[in-house]
Amino acid sequence: MGAGHPHPLYRPGDSPVHHLPAQAKIAGALACVLAVVATPREVVWAFGVHLLVLLVVWAVAGIPVRWFATRSVIELPFVVLAVLLPFSGGTPRVQVLGASLSVAGLYAAWNILAKGTLGVLVSLTLAGSTPLRDLVVGLQRLRTPAMVTTIATLMLRYLDVIAGEARRMRIARISRGHDPRFLHQVAATARGAGSLFIRSYERGERVHLAMLSRGWAGALPSAGAPATRAQWTAALLPAAAMAATTAIAWTVR
Amino acid sequence: MTASGAVGRTTAALRVCGLRFAYPDGRAALAGVDLRVEHGERVALLGPNGAGKTTLALHLNGVLTPTAGTVEVGGVPVVRTNLREVRRRVGLVFQDPDDQLFMPTVAEDVAFGPANFGLRGPALGTRVAEALAAVGMSEHAGRSPLHLSGGQRRRVALATVLACEPDILVLDEPSSNLEPVARRELAETLLALDRTMLMITHDLPYAAQLCPRSVILDDGAVVADGPTRELLADAALLAKHRLELPWGFTPGGCTP
Repeated sequence: MGAGHPHPLYRPGDSPVHHLPAQAKIAGALACVLAVVATPREVVWAFGVHLLVLLVVWAVAGIPVRWFATRSVIELPFVVLAVLLPFSGGTPRVQVLGASLSVAGLYAAWNILAKGTLGVLVSLTLAGSTPLRDLVVGLQRLRTPAMVTTIATLMLRYLDVIAGEARRMRIARISRGHDPRFLHQVAATARGAGSLFIRSYERGERVHLAMLSRGWAGALPSAGAPATRAQWTAALLPAAAMAATTAIAWTVR
Repeated sequence: MTASGAVGRTTAALRVCGLRFAYPDGRAALAGVDLRVEHGERVALLGPNGAGKTTLALHLNGVLTPTAGTVEVGGVPVVRTNLREVRRRVGLVFQDPDDQLFMPTVAEDVAFGPANFGLRGPALGTRVAEALAAVGMSEHAGRSPLHLSGGQRRRVALATVLACEPDILVLDEPSSNLEPVARRELAETLLALDRTMLMITHDLPYAAQLCPRSVILDDGAVVADGPTRELLADAALLAKHRLELPWGFTPGGCTP
């Protein structure tokens, strides 16, 4: 997953949103999610305003709404939970389309749906406009512990190497007639996975030696440029709008 | 680097005295190795598998600590307090380029070493550009190492070490797994670098082409040390240490 290998959640583009430094975008996304979560659930129009802010960001970034629709599928388990809640809540109850639904359950379901959907959409906006490498650099500039960013950076490189090894082992297995159709035949695949783990561990030790030999002293050298005040302002603008909406919603509820 | 320059060329680039090393389980890997390499020399380290060549190389930049004996790099002893300086002076290129190319792009890999030694900003960018130009990989600076061929990865691995501007270059099997053209291009690159070089190799013609002096290591000790051409002409010596010239190659046949 290097420079020429974008991850499936990234949509290449040339918009102002794409050009913002990652650390500003990560902070902005986090602030947006916090504003959404803090919104009182009874004030339904506030969530509409949040969505409007997101739509404006998408328009600036040049990412179509359809792109988000297909990738929001990750939310499905929570949607199922939300749909079931109104049926299981207590009194008071209200009649909707012939079914007796609990009011508290309805509000809880709306809470999950609205905040979950908006959270997922904010994350997708961040992922869609930021390549994986820049995300890790942004985290590094935000003073995430060095261990986390080092592991993430190495993972970017070695996930593909390990996947390649696994592919070669699989080809070697099927070339020798291995054709696992039943559970009892997966022993060979499982042992392959075990030996892949050991090989990766040994490779990790060799990589550690190579890093030591080039003077590594515990933290990867910091990459990326600091963000200017204008860029920080631009990145925090949507979050500010959402925070204002949330504040107004609290005063009028 | 300035220290050794001021002293002049009387200090050896590399001095190994009585180096002994045993693995934790007691197995002796090195049994008293003595070696002296002068500045600008290119030395090949030959020997059968298991002789201790890679173990010796790992002692040169302080990765392994000897159980007895000393290693000095340009007069600086290799001890824990000097490790940073030693690692700046000794550039070790490992056998598997995938073990050394661990950053997402080529440029970042080459920048990793000099950045660790304190270089920043435009100076870092120039150093990276020079290192990539020295191995002829400038146009691949923004690519992931995954998309490079084996020979290209070896050259980038060499660039990552060259960027640290070491005094001594230690190469572990540089020509293994290379196609003939890549092998020749690497040889041309190495010859163009005017640095002290210690090359561990099984490839006797490569050693003959690149290194005027050879050292044969067997069972953890130096058994021969002399001009490459003489060593390769001594068939009995080669046979005693499981070395053989490849089919059709005669040491006197090709003149460098």
